[in-house]
Amino acid sequence: MKVSLMRRFSLACAVLLVAVTGSGLAFAAGETKAPRPVEGSWEGPLGRFDQAQLQRGFQVYKEVCSSCHSMNLLHYRNLGDEHAPFADPKYPNPNDNPVIKAIAAEYTINASDPDGNTEERPGLPSDKFVSPWENRAQGQAANGGAYPPDLSVIVKARHNGASYVYSLLTGYNKPVPAGKVVPEGKYYNPYMPGGVIAMSEQLADGRIDYADTPANKGIKNTEEQMSKDVVAFLSWASDPHQTARKSTGLGVMAFLLILATFLWFSYKSVWRNVEH
Amino acid sequence: MSGPSTYVPKSGFEKWLDTRLPVVRFMNDTLVDFPTPKNLNYWYTFGGILALCLGLQIVTGIILAMHYVPNTALAFDSVERIMRDVNGGWLIRYMHSNGASMFFLAVYIHIFRGLYYGSYKAPREILWGLGVIIFLLMIITAFMGYVLPWGQMSLWGATVITNIVGAVPFVGESIKIWLLGGPAVDNATLNRFFSLHYLLPFVIAGVVILHIWALHVPGNNNPTGVEVQDVKKETLPFHPYYTIKDAFAMCVFMLIFAGFVFYGPNTLGHPDNYIPANNQVTPSHIVPEWYLLPFYAILRAITFDILIIDAKFGGVIAMGGAILILFALPWLDSSKVKSMRYRPVARMWWFAFVLNFLMLAVCGAMPAEPPWTAISLICTIFYFAYFLVVLPVLGVIEKPLTPPASIADSIFQASAAHKKPSQVSPSAVPAE
Repeated sequence: MKVSLMRRFSLACAVLLVAVTGSGLAFAAGETKAPRPVEGSWEGPLGRFDQAQLQRGFQVYKEVCSSCHSMNLLHYRNLGDEHAPFADPKYPNPNDNPVIKAIAAEYTINASDPDGNTEERPGLPSDKFVSPWENRAQGQAANGGAYPPDLSVIVKARHNGASYVYSLLTGYNKPVPAGKVVPEGKYYNPYMPGGVIAMSEQLADGRIDYADTPANKGIKNTEEQMSKDVVAFLSWASDPHQTARKSTGLGVMAFLLILATFLWFSYKSVWRNVEH
Repeated sequence: MSGPSTYVPKSGFEKWLDTRLPVVRFMNDTLVDFPTPKNLNYWYTFGGILALCLGLQIVTGIILAMHYVPNTALAFDSVERIMRDVNGGWLIRYMHSNGASMFFLAVYIHIFRGLYYGSYKAPREILWGLGVIIFLLMIITAFMGYVLPWGQMSLWGATVITNIVGAVPFVGESIKIWLLGGPAVDNATLNRFFSLHYLLPFVIAGVVILHIWALHVPGNNNPTGVEVQDVKKETLPFHPYYTIKDAFAMCVFMLIFAGFVFYGPNTLGHPDNYIPANNQVTPSHIVPEWYLLPFYAILRAITFDILIIDAKFGGVIAMGGAILILFALPWLDSSKVKSMRYRPVARMWWFAFVLNFLMLAVCGAMPAEPPWTAISLICTIFYFAYFLVVLPVLGVIEKPLTPPASIADSIFQASAAHKKPSQVSPSAVPAE
């Protein structure tokens, strides 16, 4: 009896849940094309980042995206955290990591010296990612009024974010549908809500050169590849502890499962002589 | 049901304490010896699960408050800092944000269980009313909590919901400004919401104590809806029988909870809330968290003026009424039989009511345009009709099955049916 009530109820709930998510997605899609799945190695409960890919992704961000897009929530030291692009078990404190120091030192930071005078100094691992703009207005003015969004949490801030960014980056040069007006200085991209985007195509084949390392063997600098790599990096940046989260989760779930089993048998044992 | 206490102080200290502040006696009578019907099913474990949820929200919330900054310029970044730089911060924050969802999942099951087994009927009207107060406080607390990360949905959700206060005739606008601390949702609003979001869970905890007190006077209802007649034959001490059963249920619940926290921490949230609040850009589609969608749908269902009440205020009345009507439920349901196990017609209506409520949630997630406006209105009418027409009328015209004479009888019949199905008359077996 209990089972039947529970089953009927669960079935009804499941049907409605499907209806909700299904229709929600349909609405979210609207005129916009549903994103192509990025199929990243980091997706799914057991998915993990490929460190070489994260490093390539950072390179794409550094050499291309960062000329317009800030990442205000990141510090250079974050790049050397556990499971981060330049994580190195030799340097548990990323501030000591020479790779991180070198990356940070490539940037010039405006700071105050001890006497209160403005000085320019090379960046330190503890510095925040340098923003391409002094302020929002400057970013807007330089981009025809459209402020390039900060990319720190971009993957979390969009529906199906990783696939969305990937599709957007590779979604240029598509035929403009009849009747669609694309204003001067804007571009057509079917994955952008509304179909019109202020950013032009950025990752055309060969845009950057990947280092010729063993880990990058066979990797071509195609638009597909560069987009995928930068999406891996942005996925990491949006949720930098996701690898730790997934592996902790495994332990927690296993513990709870074993505990539930013990509790079930205890329950059966406590109740064994009770008619109920 | 609490009856005379069976606690016997053992040690000298316990005897000394018992004549001064009998706190051990109280705990013993509440959590150990409390006589609980033998026939409670798993739907009855959600009370304990809810206590666990409240505890988890308070503990994780207190830790979050140590790192969170309630300032419009800093709030968003401070939440991200918790998730990036605070040790274990991502876990605490994801537990808290998903914990709210799990809390509501559990409370909805708990409420619908009460509706099914008639747990609101005499002598449990106060128990039920206190539960409704807790639910109301939960909604207010969750709503304020959602504002704190100061994302786009925080700001615009708060704007939409506080605007409804402005719909109250004559005084609405003044009350709105007083609540917000200014003409629009801004820093003053964020500060007071943070303060109240920290306060209200303790108010909830207080009402929970009253709720448990009110439970322990008449004792638990049970799936038969027949009151306990023979404490010895029909009940078991809460410990170890129900502590172990509740612990098992809590563990299974925690498994689902952990599934969300570790493998889909943002599944139940809205991505727009990871965009920092911007009062110059309105999101294309403002929606509350999933657990408030049914009430949001009721709010938006009233799209026409009724005499002197305009549509906006009508929506406010409908939404408020949807919760307040629960207070009147014990007196609206006219049936003598408590449990819907023995009310085949009412049971069908109950299922319809649950589906209708889920449909309202769908409507709440949809844009306010046809056909959703019409569906919302139909569902809203059914929601109220269930309480105002169906339950009062059914109690009079429905012919319920005969409930068992006692819990002991029902247990005996069930086990007999289990052993020799052919010898038990069909009417004696609760058809469920």
